[in-house]
Amino acid sequence: MKAIVCVKQVPDTSGKVAVNPDGTLNRASMQTITNPDDLNAVEAALQLKDATGCKVVVVTMGPPPAEGMLRELLAMGADEAVLVSSREFGGSDTYATSQILAAAINKIGIEDEDIVLCGRQAIDGDTAQVGSQIAEKLEIPQVSYAADFKIEGGKVTVKRMLEDGYMTIQTSTPCLLTCIKELNAPRYMSLSGIMDCYAKPLSVYDYNTLKDDPLIEPDTIGLKGSPTNIFKSFTPPQKGKGKMLEGADKATCESLAAELLTKHII
Amino acid sequence: MDFRLTKEEALFQKMCREFAINEVEPLAAEIDEQERYPEETVQKLMKYGLMGIQFPKEVGGSGGNYVMYSIAIEEMSKFCGTTGGIMSAHGTLGAWPIYHFGTPEQKEKWLRPLIEPKEGAKIGAFGLTEPNAGTDSAAQQTIAEKQADGSYILNGTKVFITGGGRADTYVVFAMTDKTKGNKGISAFIVDKDDPGFSIGKIEHKMGIRGSQTSELIFEDVHLPADRLLGKENGGFKIAMMTLDGGRIGIASQALGIAQGALDKAVQYMKERVQFGKTLDKFQGLQWMVADMHTQIEAARLLVRRAAFNHDVGLPFTKEAAMAKLYASEVAMDVTTKCVQIYGGYGYIREYPMERMMRDAKITEIYEGTSQVQRMVIAGQVLR
Repeated sequence: MKAIVCVKQVPDTSGKVAVNPDGTLNRASMQTITNPDDLNAVEAALQLKDATGCKVVVVTMGPPPAEGMLRELLAMGADEAVLVSSREFGGSDTYATSQILAAAINKIGIEDEDIVLCGRQAIDGDTAQVGSQIAEKLEIPQVSYAADFKIEGGKVTVKRMLEDGYMTIQTSTPCLLTCIKELNAPRYMSLSGIMDCYAKPLSVYDYNTLKDDPLIEPDTIGLKGSPTNIFKSFTPPQKGKGKMLEGADKATCESLAAELLTKHII
Repeated sequence: MDFRLTKEEALFQKMCREFAINEVEPLAAEIDEQERYPEETVQKLMKYGLMGIQFPKEVGGSGGNYVMYSIAIEEMSKFCGTTGGIMSAHGTLGAWPIYHFGTPEQKEKWLRPLIEPKEGAKIGAFGLTEPNAGTDSAAQQTIAEKQADGSYILNGTKVFITGGGRADTYVVFAMTDKTKGNKGISAFIVDKDDPGFSIGKIEHKMGIRGSQTSELIFEDVHLPADRLLGKENGGFKIAMMTLDGGRIGIASQALGIAQGALDKAVQYMKERVQFGKTLDKFQGLQWMVADMHTQIEAARLLVRRAAFNHDVGLPFTKEAAMAKLYASEVAMDVTTKCVQIYGGYGYIREYPMERMMRDAKITEIYEGTSQVQRMVIAGQVLR
């Protein structure tokens, strides 16, 4: 059994957000971090490894400096890393990205007992599309928004967290889960992990490595394979400060009702 | 010459920063206010191998080096002097003498449990100081009397012992031959559960208030022969060599406190408005910042140099003493100035600056006062 975890290096939006004149993110001028939800996926895989001894492979698509992030994940305890990086893959939207990552997972090899873990969504694009699209392209079952899961004898029971409650469903391996922060608290790198991480295997998959996969065609990858067009990007105006009314008495309720009436909400 | 950290050291620094921000900073004010030992943080430090950084994996450690050990203490101390102090006292005072002077059996039995990367590991401490043997550490009054069967009976009192009452394993110094002065001192391993060993007064301190400091009382404590660490009457050398390494830890703690205070002051200066502009626009304060930054960088170079020498097997007695002397005096100077920059807010407990100033003071005192460091340095230069 192995766990394959898809991760993305994203700009640290807790710092200063820089935007290019065309509305796209100026990634070069921003600090990068591992996408937070992806760290929950990595932690889930490492907990599986702690419990079963399974292998954990982390995979990312990105420019060569993304190796730094992969080394950190190896220092957390992952066994192998794959960096999918090639000029031909540049400019990919979620559709093309999932096409390429699915091909990379095919190359790593997905077997009956395996599980693919992704973060729910990345904090830069916030689409939550890549994980689900990878599952579709691999033709394996997917369960999104995993807040808890367990694997027993090839059966995967997942508690999904939805806006209005939880849903528990069962599927079988191989499958793909998208993970949310409620799933776990990611561990830190450990010192012994750091001492070992530069000796662990890290493969680079470029266009030539993946070109024989049926998913990889000139018009399914990169800018050409990306049906998404950005018309405009802007910073939404900040919402005004909310007003708090405190109290459980009639007068408070009346002033609340009056407030809502004035704003034509009721 | 290359001043850069190795890629492992740089990654480790990043890990320590994340750990410090998430685990150490949120508790710093609380453990100071309550004089509470940060057990939950210490357990996490153990889990991630941060209580055995500089020891090889073969003996149970994490396989890092002294540069990493110094980095870790610096990063924790930026937010909490207590946490940095606990790591330093455990790593260099408690564990190192057993690592360096212990037999293979002693290392397996006493060292491994101190440095293994797991929760529930043990804590080490070092018992040298006595009411009348502080800087004059050769004036030991604790006595270990040798018995016919080769065992020892230990009697005496130690004071100001970092980790006293919390630690599990103590390296304790005692006279085994009163006629020989400092050549009659021996080192012993004492377990917290040894009959006759008790904890006396727990001190209320000015700073590093979360790190427990206590008296150790030994009343007819029976120590089997295999508790002797190193050679009989060879304890003074063990104490001095241990303190040499310990100074790298305290220097790193001082460096961290200074850097942490300056980081906070810089942030504050960019936010605080007086006379219509933020404090960072006032040249008088800019010059203070420039001086403090330069002092801290100089301290860091001394600290890293001492740690590097330790790692590569070069002499480091003088280097560690210089690092400790300079970094601790920089810490006191910088925190005092940062309190000044904060003004009234620097003096009240709602802000971290007064705590950092109180924490800084101990670094000029423990593991050899600044005066002792000057004695050590002069002794090396003038020999």
